[in-house]
Amino acid sequence: MNVHRLGMVVGGSLTEGVEVKLDPEASVEDVRAGSFVSIQGERMRFFGVVTDVVLDATDRALRSTPPDVSNPFIARVVSGGAAYGALKVEPMLTIGGGSAVLGVDGPSPAKTIPAHFSPASAATEADIETVFGEPSERNFWIGNPMDMEAKLCIDVEELVKRSNGVFGKTGSGKTFLTRLLLVGIVQGRKASNLVFDMESEYGWMGYSEGGSEVKGLKQLFTSQVALFSLDETSSKRRGINPDYVVRIGYEEVEPEDVGMLRETLGLSEVAADAAFSLQREYGKKWLGRFLALSGRDEVGETAARMNVNQSALITLQNRLRRLARLDFMDKSESHDSVNRIIEYLDRGMHVVLEFGRHGSNLAAYILVANLLTRRIYGRYVDRKERSLGDPAQEPRPLVITIEEAHKFLTPSVASQTTFGAIAREMRKYNVTLLVVDQRPSGIDDEVMSQLGTKITCLLDNDKDIDAVLTGVSGSRKLRTVLARLESKQQALAFGHALPMPVVFQTRDYGSAESYRDLGWRNAVDLKAQVEDDLEDLFGPSAS
Amino acid sequence: MTMAEDARVGEVVEAATSGFVAQCSRLYEAPPLGALVRCGPSASAVYGVVAEVETRSLDPGRRPMAVGREGDTDDDVYRRNPQISRLLSTEITAVTVAHDGDGGRLLRYLPPSPPRIHAFVSLCSGGELRRLSDSLDFLRGVLSAHVTSPDDVAAAFLRQAAAVHEDPEAFLVAAGRELAALLSSEIPRLNSLLKRLSP
Ligand SMILES: Nc1ncnc2c1ncn2[C@@H]1O[C@H](COP(=O)(O)OP(=O)(O)OP(=O)(O)O)[C@@H](O)[C@H]1O
Ligand SMILES: [Mg+2]
Repeated sequence: MNVHRLGMVVGGSLTEGVEVKLDPEASVEDVRAGSFVSIQGERMRFFGVVTDVVLDATDRALRSTPPDVSNPFIARVVSGGAAYGALKVEPMLTIGGGSAVLGVDGPSPAKTIPAHFSPASAATEADIETVFGEPSERNFWIGNPMDMEAKLCIDVEELVKRSNGVFGKTGSGKTFLTRLLLVGIVQGRKASNLVFDMESEYGWMGYSEGGSEVKGLKQLFTSQVALFSLDETSSKRRGINPDYVVRIGYEEVEPEDVGMLRETLGLSEVAADAAFSLQREYGKKWLGRFLALSGRDEVGETAARMNVNQSALITLQNRLRRLARLDFMDKSESHDSVNRIIEYLDRGMHVVLEFGRHGSNLAAYILVANLLTRRIYGRYVDRKERSLGDPAQEPRPLVITIEEAHKFLTPSVASQTTFGAIAREMRKYNVTLLVVDQRPSGIDDEVMSQLGTKITCLLDNDKDIDAVLTGVSGSRKLRTVLARLESKQQALAFGHALPMPVVFQTRDYGSAESYRDLGWRNAVDLKAQVEDDLEDLFGPSAS
Repeated sequence: MTMAEDARVGEVVEAATSGFVAQCSRLYEAPPLGALVRCGPSASAVYGVVAEVETRSLDPGRRPMAVGREGDTDDDVYRRNPQISRLLSTEITAVTVAHDGDGGRLLRYLPPSPPRIHAFVSLCSGGELRRLSDSLDFLRGVLSAHVTSPDDVAAAFLRQAAAVHEDPEAFLVAAGRELAALLSSEIPRLNSLLKRLSP
């Protein structure tokens, strides 16, 4: 193991972090804020993060009369000597007791700091593995720590116990990162995914910015993923034969869905609330009956009878008609989508619902995601409660992924909707959310504070940064880190699924190699594998 | 001990713990400024760095007078007046930097007592120079020695030491850093000293 010594501890405190004076051989330019450092204390090993890089001088005089660095020899001499570089390192964790056997005790939060003159070195791959775990079914390799080859893992088992968030401005890599997390959940085998795939990029074939195709979950894990489609035409056009085409019967729509759509449809509160009155009036078939009312007179009469504002009711009818015209809506029948989804989930499979061209219609996305989630969640609640008497009934944990999450979780609706309930109740009913959003400030504070693990790519709006970091310890330091992320494929992760906050380069996704690393085999590889297996069984072929 | 004999350069005529003066065996044949010299019996030798080289009249009361004629070369003067060589002597002043301790350990600080008068002084070998300069703890002493130009002494010593090290440049950089630490409050002095070291 190649240890790259950086320097030694010369001062500091637990609150402010320790100061490490760089060895003359180590240049400040070799070290970056955010990189990992391990410090061998007297009795334990500390694992920390560089929070600042400082230039200092042993003497004030050096500042007023600097040495003559136009002479290259002098420049070499004075860098790292009388004028030296120093690092501020925040000790995050302590590992084990002795130096010889790393990680015997596992990492725990640092409650003290290393003694004076303890040697500090750049963290090694082994350190990273000790702290974040080795890649395994449970630990998913999500990326690389900054400036390191080491594989950084996230604890998927811990992850799926709570709702989580992926944030970042547009184009920063949320979708690519989310796809990887979904793969991690598939490979972790502890939970099922249900993905509301607004842009049709998770299930089958997404695109990278350069325009090249990247594989979706169904392509990588064909036998474990069911592809549902809301838009059969577009799925077929893309050469996909969906496992199930989702249609929504009028009767499946409830007033709560309308409340959720209030903002998107531009409805007043009165108009949205009228849906509840309609349901009281007409019962289950309220939507069909309401849309069947024709002309101002009939609507007016109904408004008077229900004692609601007539023009509000007219607006409501207009807007709902627009929704009802969407071709996945079905006036006559109720549909079986919820059962079909649950069937697949129960078999331990994962369901991606792609929206096709309806993905560009936000109202359609919200309606369908909300409606299906509400009903699926209802079923999980039932079963979970029954499982209290019969553990065999315990439903397999479910992770529901939604994009544009703030539309479902704005403060005005979060308290009433299923999504809000799921986020707040944590894993009480074995259902959690994976929210993907570019505008986290639009999400209800309470929901944000309940997210177990947050992974955020670059955010450049202060309000969004605040929203992500609210209530997180050390948020001041994380703020600087967050603001300096690269604009793509780099993220800051913190929360329950990681022992400490970490910046990482998101694992590459989209190359043939990346698929192979994820366990995918193309036809040629598969054939070779089969031949190998045959050979193992029967010995080398005669030819 | 033939090698030491060969390198003999003179004999101690004044001695203190901090340094010694030696009269050179031959006029003008002094070791150069900054050279490492040794005096006293081997295994209990005292090491010094040549900090001053002087040539003057043996009789301190009498100063040589100019004797050259028109058209003389420097050598003509000596050829015509062979007695001059007997009336003059070359002396070196060395700053003590180290001594041999028990069991042959090299101790880079002042010895408990000075070398004896008439102790022979020899020029150290490259090996000895390399061994001594492996650690430069004694530089502080050289820089603060009561000699005319301690910085020139240090620079001359380090240049000679660099030449016997495997990587002279790395040696000089390390030495420069040692100096920078010692002279961190005297940057102009550090600057001019480092320029003298600059390869
Ligand atoms: N892990 C990765 N591997 C390979 N390319 C990546 C990765 N992450 C990001 N990229 C590149 O960055 C581009 C933008 O990433 P992505 O589509 O995930 O951004 P986004 O945050 O979801 O954007 P939007 O808000 O527009 O949906 C990708 O098209 C891809 O080219
Ligand atoms: Mg995206």
